[in-house]
Amino acid sequence: MSAIGGSSTLRHAAFVLRGNLITAIAAAGVAALALVAIFGPALVPFDPVASDVPRALQPPGALHWAGTDQLGRDVFSRLIVATRLDLAIAVTAVCISFVIGAVIGAICGYAGGKLDRAVGRLVDVLMAFPLFVLAMAMVAALGNRVENIVIATAIINLPFYIRFARAEVNIRRNLGWVEAARACGDGHVAVVLRFLLPNVLPGMAVQMSLNLGWAILNAAGLSFIGLGVKPPTPEWGIMVAEGARFISTGRWWLVAFPGLALMLAVLCFNLLGDGLRDILDPRMRT
Amino acid sequence: MGVIGATLIRAGRRFLSSLPALLGVLIFTFLLMRVLPGDPAVFFASGPSAGKEEIEVVRKQLGLDRPLPEQLAIYLYDVGRGNLGRSMMTGQPVAKDLRERLPASLELTFSALLIALIAAVPLGVLAALRSGSIIDHAIRLFCSLGVCVPTFVSGLLLIYLFYYLLGFAPDPTGRVDVFTTLPPARTGFLVADFLLAGDLAGCAAALRQLMLPAFTMALFVIAPLARITRASMLVSLGSDFVRTARSVGLPRWQIVVSYALRNAILPVITIAGIVFSTMLGANVLVEKVFSWPGVASYALDALLVSDYAPVQGFVLLMASIFVVVNLLVDVLYGIADPRATVA
Repeated sequence: MSAIGGSSTLRHAAFVLRGNLITAIAAAGVAALALVAIFGPALVPFDPVASDVPRALQPPGALHWAGTDQLGRDVFSRLIVATRLDLAIAVTAVCISFVIGAVIGAICGYAGGKLDRAVGRLVDVLMAFPLFVLAMAMVAALGNRVENIVIATAIINLPFYIRFARAEVNIRRNLGWVEAARACGDGHVAVVLRFLLPNVLPGMAVQMSLNLGWAILNAAGLSFIGLGVKPPTPEWGIMVAEGARFISTGRWWLVAFPGLALMLAVLCFNLLGDGLRDILDPRMRT
Repeated sequence: MGVIGATLIRAGRRFLSSLPALLGVLIFTFLLMRVLPGDPAVFFASGPSAGKEEIEVVRKQLGLDRPLPEQLAIYLYDVGRGNLGRSMMTGQPVAKDLRERLPASLELTFSALLIALIAAVPLGVLAALRSGSIIDHAIRLFCSLGVCVPTFVSGLLLIYLFYYLLGFAPDPTGRVDVFTTLPPARTGFLVADFLLAGDLAGCAAALRQLMLPAFTMALFVIAPLARITRASMLVSLGSDFVRTARSVGLPRWQIVVSYALRNAILPVITIAGIVFSTMLGANVLVEKVFSWPGVASYALDALLVSDYAPVQGFVLLMASIFVVVNLLVDVLYGIADPRATVA
């Protein structure tokens, strides 16, 4: 206990982690993913884009741990290298929607009135679309590039952040300490930035972790249908798409391993998000 | 005023309040089309080699030279008459294409939702009854894993398992064998049409084709449905009326099914509505994996060859279905819980 010391939040986090093995494992998993994303490309045994046609479509073995694809490329190396791109897309998209959503939501929740209602309507319209379809259409509209996958993913995540920040700011704006800050002469901007937003951030961090898993699935889905990332770039969704042609002749490893990578990444973020929610707000535990 | 009357009034009011959202959707799709790359006039002219004057003529014909608000008005008028433009890919009006392909998508989505509900509600009830036990944890683990596997991966792995390894499922392409004679289209749902035509063999074949894609989609949505069933059952099992039912010695199944579950089903209906619309989106991936001739794969094919009218029509259709489904959920809610209509 004493070794951890520090703030009470840290101690509480450590306490929950000790009692909640799954969250600890998920946190370790996310850390491992980050390490793989950073150092993976330097460590892989094979060049992820170098083809070696005589060795095409080999099942997993001692040399090629996850087999080879139709061009003889090493599936394991491609999986590792792809981690960086997949995580980068998801993290960038979620960060963009987090920042923009928090600011818009906080302004609406604080100001209320006409602006709040107008933004609320806009969010309703955005939510009236099946979100994956909306992302598809936006990538088509903006152009078939990776940046646009990030933008589309950010936009379809935006409504959740706006609603969350709006609701959280709205219930706090008339509390005593906000009034006190106003009485001390702080302007509206300062109240929102220095007092309201920091109080909303922890809850939004949970939302971010849960959203990251979803963003990974979304981006992989888009590249699976041929939007955004282009071959031969290693990316999990594209690897599944390329392997799909060989599944009915029994080449399972081309689909199973990228699928497993996607599943593990999403699982880690989801479990971490659930765990973070428990740490921040034990009442919301289900 | 009876319950039905109250429900109708509620549905009407709800419909009116969803109109602004629908209008917003229309404007949004219109704007989306306006920012799409490529000039429709160039597409509709005789070809890339068409002269400048010819393109200008086509532009005038299409009304693209008018101011935006006027174009929007024309677009709204067209959509109101059911004119969604023409697909360059198929050469047919988009509305006709969508009408022909919508039943395939709906058949798939409805069967998947049915499978998911049949699996999820008992799982959720079981988890709530044995809350904290091994069964509860096993169900939770299954659900956590279910939402993490992308549909396109689980679909392909199901194909590997049931088509390649076990030889149990048919070739995973399309709704029927190419050589099958189709039954007269009455409902548009092939399984039902075969049944109506009295062709049992055809019905079985269509069912076997439907099985894998429907299961793939169901797998993805069992988790949220089971979770909400469990949470809502826990609340209702802990309520006073269940305690009373127990204390007067009613049979256990009656307590669970007609007291607890009936009261716990409302949130499940709401989530089922949301899940339905999620599935319409996820359809894109499943239809692609199984070459299912639905609206989503149609829009996707069009998207990849820069044919935008079908994409626009598809997005509009999906958003409208979403609004209608929400309305339906609301009405169902009113029927399941008469108190909701009073408020």
